[in-house]
Amino acid sequence: MRKSLQSVGHDVIGWLLPAAILLLWELAARTGLISADVLPAPSAVLSAFWRLLLSGELPHNIAISTVRALAGFAIGGAIGLFFGLLNGLSGMARNVTDTTLQMVRNIPHLALIPLVILWFGIDEEAKLFLVALGVFFPIYVNTLLGIQNCDPQLIEMGRVYGMSRTALFLRVILPGALPSMFTGLRYALGIMWLTLIVAETIAASSGLGYMAMQAREFMLLDVVVLSILIYALLGKLADSLARFLERQCLQWHPAFRTA
Amino acid sequence: MTVLAFDKTIKIQSSDGAQTQAPQARTSQVPAAPIAFSFRGVTRSFGDKTVLKGIDLDVPAGQFLAVIGKSGCGKSTLLRLLTGLDQPSSGDLIVNSDGEHGNRTRIMFQEPRLLPWNRVGRNVEVGLTGIAKGEEARAKSLGMLEEVGLADRANEWPSVLSGGQRQRVALARALVAHPFILALDEPLGALDALTRLEMQALLERIWQQQRFTAVLVTHDVSEAVTLADRVIVIEEGRIALDLDIPLPRPRRHGSAELARLEGLILERLLGKGG
Repeated sequence: MRKSLQSVGHDVIGWLLPAAILLLWELAARTGLISADVLPAPSAVLSAFWRLLLSGELPHNIAISTVRALAGFAIGGAIGLFFGLLNGLSGMARNVTDTTLQMVRNIPHLALIPLVILWFGIDEEAKLFLVALGVFFPIYVNTLLGIQNCDPQLIEMGRVYGMSRTALFLRVILPGALPSMFTGLRYALGIMWLTLIVAETIAASSGLGYMAMQAREFMLLDVVVLSILIYALLGKLADSLARFLERQCLQWHPAFRTA
Repeated sequence: MTVLAFDKTIKIQSSDGAQTQAPQARTSQVPAAPIAFSFRGVTRSFGDKTVLKGIDLDVPAGQFLAVIGKSGCGKSTLLRLLTGLDQPSSGDLIVNSDGEHGNRTRIMFQEPRLLPWNRVGRNVEVGLTGIAKGEEARAKSLGMLEEVGLADRANEWPSVLSGGQRQRVALARALVAHPFILALDEPLGALDALTRLEMQALLERIWQQQRFTAVLVTHDVSEAVTLADRVIVIEEGRIALDLDIPLPRPRRHGSAELARLEGLILERLLGKGG
């Protein structure tokens, strides 16, 4: 009982500072300390949220951005996972592809935007391509690393006990690589949103980034701030989801033990 | 002594196919029991370094054999050959089977090597890979955990167990399928002195129940003479001493007879005569 009260206290303490900042911000905006042309009051952002929610513009754009993010993530993540597993399990495949992949990795994927616009225009493919490329590397690198760092003593043990190659992979190698793969997943989710924001801001005709850029043209600062906050919320949501999954899958790991 | 024509004899030939016939392998006691395994002129080299130089060894089924030697004398290599983790460069290794359980050979390592992502019970079930599944495996592994005194920890993660408990889980995993031969690669080396004595007693008790052939590699001479029927000392890749320990069990630590045998082996190991 006492413990649960304490943990509630902990949670509350974490939110005190953001609440205070919001309050100060609101006060500063109301008293004219911060001009509405620079930063709108939180209440103004909230009313913009309500207005756009009712008009359906906000849900529509969030949906579009989310679908783009997830589709790009699915494509890039699947390819990254495939090469990560392949190169982790086969030295031959690693010798053939790893150098190439590492070279491509050193190109900042956002530097490709001009080229991508020339190739795909500002259609969906451009965004999918950029997100997929951005997501690919953290997933690939961390999957490969996870497999390469598998305890050879455990693999030897599995062999001695007559595990088949499939059993060895499913029971020894994959679970051993999982912590590293989750690290890759969380990195990838961060890169996913970042890439999407940039791509939508520069070249799009719908989505959250587009909404923000339109609002800028009309000096609708409340909408601009709203878009930024929603990006932050979506990013946090994705990360929380990944952490939840991590805790579920890695219960055996002392670092993730609950209770 | 060349009673090697058993029904299901598995013969592991050297990689170059050479059939080296050992003149006469020494068997301790006259084996009323069939041979569990034989080394016939087994040599193992890594590059130009020869680790085992023509080992001849017959071990009757059910014997508790201890192998002692200094670090790098080749005793671990001997165990790796026996368990099939490695192949001899030349010579033959004959591992017999008892029909009922095939030629099942299990090894217990110095580290427990438990899967950290599987609970204790699941870890013991690894010992039944390809032998039993599902309910049957669960029941068997629980029974074996009971034997090592850890039945109540079946649902724990390995990381919450102590070192000695983890090694007991590893023992349960090694024995759950009732192996014919159990190879032990210094499994007690990393444990504290008291836990070690407990584990020795446990090992002896289970060995007396299951009657598998045990091969214990150790550098602890007192452990060897307490547990084993027979002790061999390996020196520079050769068997330098082959000694029977015909003492009744349970053996008392620190008894005069044990101390005498221990002294004998230590003398040989430290190179004072022998």
